[in-house]
Amino acid sequence: MRVTFTVNGAPQEADDVWEGESLLYVLRERMGLPGSKNACEQGECGSCTVRLDGVPVCSCLVAAGQVQGREVVTVEGLAGEGGELSTVQQAFVDAGAVQCGFCTPGLLVAADELLERNPEPSDGDIREALSGNLCRCTGYEKILDAVRLAAARTEEAV
Amino acid sequence: MEFLRPASWEEALAAKAEHPSAVPIAGGTDVMVEINFDHRRPEHLLDLNRIAELQEWEVAGDTVRLGASVPYTKIMEHLRAELPGLALASHTVASPQIRNRGGVGGNLGTASPAGDAHPALLAGGGEVEAVSVRGTRLIPIDDFYKGVKRNALEPDELIRAVHLKKATGPQQFSKVGTRNAMVIAVCAFGLALHPDARTVRTGIGSAAPTPIRATTAEEFLAAALDEAGLWESRGVLPPAVARQFADLVSGAANPIDDVRGTASYRRHALGVMARRTLGWTWEQYRGTEQDELDDRSKPCA
Ligand SMILES: Cc1cc2nc3c(=O)[nH]c(=O)nc-3n(C[C@H](O)[C@H](O)[C@H](O)COP(=O)(O)OP(=O)(O)OC[C@H]3O[C@@H](n4cnc5c(N)ncnc54)[C@H](O)[C@@H]3O)c2cc1C
Ligand code: FES
Ligand code: FES
Repeated sequence: MRVTFTVNGAPQEADDVWEGESLLYVLRERMGLPGSKNACEQGECGSCTVRLDGVPVCSCLVAAGQVQGREVVTVEGLAGEGGELSTVQQAFVDAGAVQCGFCTPGLLVAADELLERNPEPSDGDIREALSGNLCRCTGYEKILDAVRLAAARTEEAV
Repeated sequence: MEFLRPASWEEALAAKAEHPSAVPIAGGTDVMVEINFDHRRPEHLLDLNRIAELQEWEVAGDTVRLGASVPYTKIMEHLRAELPGLALASHTVASPQIRNRGGVGGNLGTASPAGDAHPALLAGGGEVEAVSVRGTRLIPIDDFYKGVKRNALEPDELIRAVHLKKATGPQQFSKVGTRNAMVIAVCAFGLALHPDARTVRTGIGSAAPTPIRATTAEEFLAAALDEAGLWESRGVLPPAVARQFADLVSGAANPIDDVRGTASYRRHALGVMARRTLGWTWEQYRGTEQDELDDRSKPCA
C-alpha cells in the first residue's frame, strides 16, 4: 500500500508498504531517516520515540497505515535549517549525556516535548517524562543534568 | 494482509461484520508487539484511529461514557475527579509514550489478567458498550472477562465505549512491580467505596485467570461498616475489620507461580494492598489527613 504523511514539515510518500509494517520501519528503511533507533520493537526502550501530531509515541508500535495524512516529527526535525543544534541537543552535548548514543534520539524527542509543555520541570517531572526511555550507558545522571541545563537555558532566552 | 481504514463508526462496524476475523488496532501497543514478533498475522487489520468519537468522553448525570480509544494520558489529565481509581491505574501503565496511545478499549480487547484498567473498572462498576451492525449491548463489567485473554465480545462486535459510574466516594489503586514505570503488575488491587449505595467494590489483577472481584470481602466490609454505623459516624475503622478484609481479599485470589512472582507472594501482597487501600480510602472518607492522601495518590504504591 502507499502511505503519505508529513515528516518534519515536508510531505513524504512511501510505496509498497507492507500492511503490518511499523512507522519506525517506514522512517528508517523507506524514507532514509535512520535517526529513530530500533532496539526492542516492543515499546520497552523508547529509542524509536517520535511525535505523532505532536504527541510522543513509540514509532515501532504505530502501524504505518495509521499515520496516513498525519504529522510526524523525528529527531532529524529538531535541529535548525542550517544544522544548528536545538537547545536540548546542545545541552546533551555540553552535559556529556551521550555515550554510545543509541538512546539519545529518543531521549531528545521526549525531552524536547517535555520542555515545550513544561518549561520549568521539577526533577520528578523530568524522571516521569523520560521513564519510557532506557539508557544502558550513562546511568541517567548526565541525562538529567542535560535536561535541567536545557530548561535553564530556555528560561534565560525568554 | 489488508489494512482497513474506516472513516466512520458505521464503516468500522460494516467492515467488522464483513470480516469478523479482522483485528482492530487502536493504540497498537498490544497488536503491534504481536505483529513485530510474528506472533500474529491477521488477514485484516482494522484501524480505529480515524474514528473521532472513540477518542471522546462525555460526563452526563452520574455516569461517564468513556470512548474506547481515549488514551490513558487523557484519563489522567481530565477524569481524575470522576474516575479516580481508573486515573490512578492509568498512571501506572507502562510509560508516557505508551499512555499516549493505549486506552481502555485495547486493555479490554486484550483482556489480560494483568491489564491495569481491569481492577479499577471492576471496583468502580460499569458496563461495556459492545456494538455491531446487529445492534448495541451493554455488558456488565462483571460478565466481560471470560478466561485468560478471552472476553465476552462476539466476532462482529467492537467496543464503542465504557459506561462508568462517577465516583461517589474515595477510590484507590495499588500495584506491585519491580519499579514505578514500565512494569507488568505482579499483582494489583482496586478498591472503591460507594457511600450512596453503602457498598464497597474491589478488583484483583494478575492473581487469577481473569480479573476478579473479591465479593466475600466486599460483603463482609459493607456489613461491618453498616453494623457499626460507620457510614454515618465516619468513625475510626476497627483494625480487626481491616485485617479480616485483607484476609478475605487474599483468599479470593487464585494465583499461580510465574516469572514475575510466586502464588504465595501474590496472596501476601494482595492482603497488604487491601489493608493499605482500605486505610487510605477510609481516611479520605472521614475527611482527615487530606494532604497526606494527596501525596499518596501520586503514582504508584
Ligand atoms: C512496553 C509496554 C508496556 C505495557 N505496560 C502495560 C501496563 O503496565 N499495564 C497494562 O495494563 N498494559 C500494559 N501494556 C499493554 C497495552 O499497552 C495495554 O493493554 C493497552 O491498554 C492497549 O491499548 P491499545 O489501544 O494500544 O490496544 P491495541 O494494541 O490497539 O489493541 C489491543 C487489543 O484490543 C482490541 N481492540 C482495540 N480496540 C478495540 C475496540 N474498540 N473494540 C474491540 N476490540 C478492540 C485489538 O484488536 C487487540 O486485540 C504494555 C504494552 C507495552 C508495549
Ligand atoms: S524500538 Fe520502539 S520502544 Fe524500543
Ligand atoms: S548512551 Fe548508550 S544507551 Fe544511552
